[in-house]
Amino acid sequence: MPASGRFYAEGDGFVPPSTNDFNLPPIFESIEWLTKPVLLVFLSVILVSVFFILSARKAAVVPSKLQFAGESVYAFVRNDLARDVIGHEFMRFVPYLFTLFTFVLTNNIFGIVPFLQFPAMSHVAFPYVLAIFTFCVFHYVGIRKKGLGKYLKEIAFMPGVPKPVYILLTPIEIATFFLVRPLTLSLRLFANMFAGHLLLLVFIMGGDYMLRDEHLIMKLFSPFSFTFGIALTFFEFMVQCLQAYIFTLLTALYIAGALADEH
Amino acid sequence: MRSINLLAGGEELNPLVPHTAELIVGAIAFTLLFLVLRKAVVPKFEKAFTERTQAIEGGIERAEKAQLEAQRALVQYNEQLSSAQGEAAKLRDDARIQGAAILEELRAKAQEEANRITAAAHASIEAERQQAVTSLRNEVGALAVELASKIVGEALEDQARQSRIVDRFIEDLEKSQKN
Repeated sequence: MPASGRFYAEGDGFVPPSTNDFNLPPIFESIEWLTKPVLLVFLSVILVSVFFILSARKAAVVPSKLQFAGESVYAFVRNDLARDVIGHEFMRFVPYLFTLFTFVLTNNIFGIVPFLQFPAMSHVAFPYVLAIFTFCVFHYVGIRKKGLGKYLKEIAFMPGVPKPVYILLTPIEIATFFLVRPLTLSLRLFANMFAGHLLLLVFIMGGDYMLRDEHLIMKLFSPFSFTFGIALTFFEFMVQCLQAYIFTLLTALYIAGALADEH
Repeated sequence: MRSINLLAGGEELNPLVPHTAELIVGAIAFTLLFLVLRKAVVPKFEKAFTERTQAIEGGIERAEKAQLEAQRALVQYNEQLSSAQGEAAKLRDDARIQGAAILEELRAKAQEEANRITAAAHASIEAERQQAVTSLRNEVGALAVELASKIVGEALEDQARQSRIVDRFIEDLEKSQKN
């Protein structure tokens, strides 16, 4: 793939993949912002939209296979994430959580889809955007429900705590709600996708390098590197699903926390 | 050694610094997807879920109704059956009583008939006996007269003769009886 942009000359040592491997050139020279991850993100929007629109189109009582597939994903987010975590007000947040889950999952899985093979979420801008959305949603929900003053007071001064403890607790709580939550949310997703992709690059490129080496022993060992790369691909699939789940689950938990009367 | 440097500037970018273009693209893409899913997908799935729930609940309700109906019919049939059995028992009892009465009546009638026949028989026997007595009396009288005339006719000469006459008379009597 030209995107990886590596050409080996005789005598070059092995150059391990680095963060620069994530900076892909624009697809057309003239349109600087249209890079592979941007294209993948738009592709994911189209794929997810088309799949679910087709799946939900008939909305039959007895579902077809396609409808059943779409419904299973929807029901998972709706029941296992939204309803079980948020409680009776969950229905308002289902569209947001559903979008979040499908969007993150699709873009993560792009990391192991042949020819696409790049997780868009390894570009930190996308997790940032999602974390900012979640940040806005859960604070907005809390303020709307309790009023700005009461909401902030509950965050800063957790009820049922002895007064002197506030010296320690208040800064921690404020930092948690306004800094740690959005940061950890986005960085967790980003770092997992970034590291996973890097790991795959190491083994696949390493295998490739060893195969090209002039020594026979290196050529013989190259299949092991490839095999390990394939095994890691399966592992990556699990991580990709898990991260999409965690991102959605945490968002639901934050919303539930903002809605709760005491916390 | 890197043969081609991909970035215009060539410096290593910090992966934690977002690209502005990607921030905008991400926000637009996500919002787009959100709008599409909220408008076209979530309501449809919710509709399907609601309809399914209603269909299932409707089915259960129908089944419950049918079961209630069946139970009511069963109770009714049982009632009818027990009343029919009672009626049959009553009829049987009536029949038995009636039968016994008929039997009793017949027996009384038969007894009466028997008594009547017996009485008639007694009367006829009595009549026959009377007749026999009357005829016997006439015959005995005649015989006695005959005997007396014979005895008188022989003139009673001696003892021997007398006894001979009597013997002959007896003999004749026996003969006539045999005939």
